[in-house]
Amino acid sequence: MYEKDGEKYFIVDSHMHYWQAGPETWVPGAENYAKGWIECFHAYQGLGPPATHWSIEKFMSYTEDDLMKDVFQDGYVDVAVFQPTYLTEWYKDGFNTTERNAALGEKHPGKFIANTRWDPREGEDGLKKLAENVERYGSKGVKLYTAEWREGSRGWTLKDPAAYKYLEACQELGIKNIHVHKGPTIWPLDKDAFDVSDIDHAATDFPELNFIVEHVGLPRIEDFCFMATQEPNVYAGLSVVIGGLMHARPKFFAKVMGELLFWVGEDKMTFGSDYGIWEPKWQIEGFVDWDYPSDEFSDYPRVTTATKKKILGLNAAKLYGIDVPAEYQLPAAAGTPAAREDAALVESQ
Amino acid sequence: MSTRTLLDALGEVRDPELDEPITVLGFVASASLSPDGDAAVHLRLPTYFCAPNFAYLMVADAYDAVSTVDGVRRAEVVLDDHFAADAINEGVAARAGFVASFEGEAVDELDNLRVNFLRKAVLAGTDLVCRPLVEAGKSPADLAALTLGEVPWSPALDRLRRRRTELGLPAGDAAPLLVDPASGAAVGDAAVPLHLRKARLTRTSLDANTGICRGMLRHRYGVEDQ
Repeated sequence: MYEKDGEKYFIVDSHMHYWQAGPETWVPGAENYAKGWIECFHAYQGLGPPATHWSIEKFMSYTEDDLMKDVFQDGYVDVAVFQPTYLTEWYKDGFNTTERNAALGEKHPGKFIANTRWDPREGEDGLKKLAENVERYGSKGVKLYTAEWREGSRGWTLKDPAAYKYLEACQELGIKNIHVHKGPTIWPLDKDAFDVSDIDHAATDFPELNFIVEHVGLPRIEDFCFMATQEPNVYAGLSVVIGGLMHARPKFFAKVMGELLFWVGEDKMTFGSDYGIWEPKWQIEGFVDWDYPSDEFSDYPRVTTATKKKILGLNAAKLYGIDVPAEYQLPAAAGTPAAREDAALVESQ
Repeated sequence: MSTRTLLDALGEVRDPELDEPITVLGFVASASLSPDGDAAVHLRLPTYFCAPNFAYLMVADAYDAVSTVDGVRRAEVVLDDHFAADAINEGVAARAGFVASFEGEAVDELDNLRVNFLRKAVLAGTDLVCRPLVEAGKSPADLAALTLGEVPWSPALDRLRRRRTELGLPAGDAAPLLVDPASGAAVGDAAVPLHLRKARLTRTSLDANTGICRGMLRHRYGVEDQ
């Protein structure tokens, strides 16, 4: 929890990692990719305050102790959601797997939610594995990486019939939250990783699932916003938005937040630190203190204490069924976190 | 002296998404012209994994631009430090086209991509031109009635006209200020507020993206913007 000016904030870090990426983990022949990937992540850390930068060595192989200190002891987080990223073509034991995350989670009961993942190209075997992971780790969410390379294929889309099978399986298994990476950089050639239209289709066809678009489709938030405003079950995952922009580009951050609050709304935005890219501490402190920097932003929705409480924890707590102690909850008048109401259409200026 | 002219030519090459010259973005690592007319240009991008479709466009455009400089007999444009550098460099040198360069992986040539991002540039440019007009008290109906010729001259207006021309949209003095970037149809009174909202969002997105790319490039190469 975080307390400031007499206000108490329940913190859910809904997008973070426990990876291993040192040279000893690189697949022979794929070293350049493995190295390029982790260096790319490390470059993102450079967008945070200098005092929070790590050496590349620590960044590749941060420890359990680092994580527990940075996230819980110093970082105010009440519950953290692991979002796996496999990349097994480049990293021998996977970059950041369900098993590795869950093993850490089991040592610290109540601190973590271990999400799993799937890839429709894994067919029946993948469906079996998904069921096993849900049974073993109680996963209520998955992280999907549509741009992941696999045996010569460089990506897939949620429109694929094979992906629909997995989405159906999610519903049957009780998985509620589908986190999809739609964000900066990364390869695909003709399968455009930034294209959010596949989420539009899936969200319409699976109204009982929540689709949390991590990194809100950055760099192209316009496509995401036009889509999310029409789909009540599409959420904005703020990983990278706060970490990548709040410190490095404060004015752009204000505009991006204003746009998201306008098109998507405060009930459908969730905080994610993206640890170990960025530590949660400075992001939470900065966001609680944050407001639009000038009158230039007067026609964007206002940012209230309730807005921040929802974004920093209450919305994600609702999505994941996390019990929030009464002292952190909002008064009834402040609205319902994670409410699935259609975004209001633009009123005339 | 000769480098300057190469840089002039490279200054005409834009990142198709960020809509800024690659020289301004810091993507040109070096450019030199030998007395014999050999131009050697090295490009660099913010990350090892920047999307190869955009990378290909920039390398190909740089090759075309450099080839037209006076005194250049042979041009070599090389992208460094990128996972698809070999395929891109060889493809551009052989003028093979994107699909041939990524045999079995790419389906479409890049014209659609370019058009898509030019449309975004037009929307973002519309915000840039309209913001001062809105601040001066113009109503949606006023804006819907304005022609390009009636808007006070500014670099932003110039740029908007150039982008519209590139897309084949009307860009003369009599053309409406507000047009749908896909169809070229004038935007009616009632549709103006949402059109402006979309224009502003598109510009925000583009600016945020540019900020991230520049930050990444600085971190990777330890350089300031040029």
